[in-house]
Amino acid sequence: MLFSKMASNPYFSLTVLFVAAVGFVLAPLALARLWAKAFSPAKPNAVKNAIYECGLVSKGDAWMQFHSSYYLYAIIFLVFDVESVFLLPFAVAFSGLGAAACGAMLVFVLLLVEGLAWAWAKGVLTWG
Amino acid sequence: MAVDEGLKTELGKQGVFVTTLEELYNWGRRSSLWPMQFGLACCAIEMIATTMARYDLARFGGEVFRPSPRQADLMIVSGTVTKKMAPAVVRLYNQMAEPRYVIAMGACAISGGPFKQGYNVLKGIDRYIPVDVCIPGCPPRPEALIHSFMTLQKKIDGQHLTGKGRPRHLDAGARGEFPVPVYGEHDLEPKSNPGVWNAPKVRR
Repeated sequence: MLFSKMASNPYFSLTVLFVAAVGFVLAPLALARLWAKAFSPAKPNAVKNAIYECGLVSKGDAWMQFHSSYYLYAIIFLVFDVESVFLLPFAVAFSGLGAAACGAMLVFVLLLVEGLAWAWAKGVLTWG
Repeated sequence: MAVDEGLKTELGKQGVFVTTLEELYNWGRRSSLWPMQFGLACCAIEMIATTMARYDLARFGGEVFRPSPRQADLMIVSGTVTKKMAPAVVRLYNQMAEPRYVIAMGACAISGGPFKQGYNVLKGIDRYIPVDVCIPGCPPRPEALIHSFMTLQKKIDGQHLTGKGRPRHLDAGARGEFPVPVYGEHDLEPKSNPGVWNAPKVRR
């Protein structure tokens, strides 16, 4: 009786899927740890943990600072990504909205295109 | 505690599949041996030919040649190992994650090969690291490399999970680090790794 009440709850299937997802992640980790304890112990040593440098003695840390000129690509990507997030629900629902909504969306897209035109004219899009 | 072969086939005919943990583990490891992108000389060209369409090593699981030793479990030493390169080879072998296997491909990797008299040639990589399979040849044909792959797979199939005969990576006491030789003034120091290779005694 209790189970049928549980099963008719709208969130029941979601809970089952959530538990399955968490189990999918935790079960291989637990099995790997059990395997290591039972059969295959970890054997670290200094050379094995050293940074890979094609067989040479590794100099310094593997963490390096990336060139700051990459940030522009990240920003432009972010701008267009957020734009597409706004465009997606509009694309689904625009047939039900009036002409004013289309006009507003067009203004939004044109603002972002103006940003792209500025970046293009500034020479950001060519490498080097 | 393996299952009897006859019983296995009988059960298989009825649609029941039985196996042991050891068989399953070994089957998984031997069917997906990932080699490391490691070629030194002419044998490397034959190794590349083996991975291409005509001979196709991908059929045996050795498809993805990993550039990083951490992601590989097989090192095919293909080509002459010079004394200058030997420390790098041993260091890379140390950086591979266990379980790891070595195939010495070609005469140069086994014993120095046709360049044995060279002043800078290491007479066989098995002086410093344990080698599992040797393929003779100069260079061995791609079919010979595939045969060595299959030999290694058979060897992996015969390995046990527990007991005295278990492989190095399952044995906490077995050594995991092989000392890297130093390229000294006249020769590599040490000349060989006594735990791995001993010079054959000449009886006159």
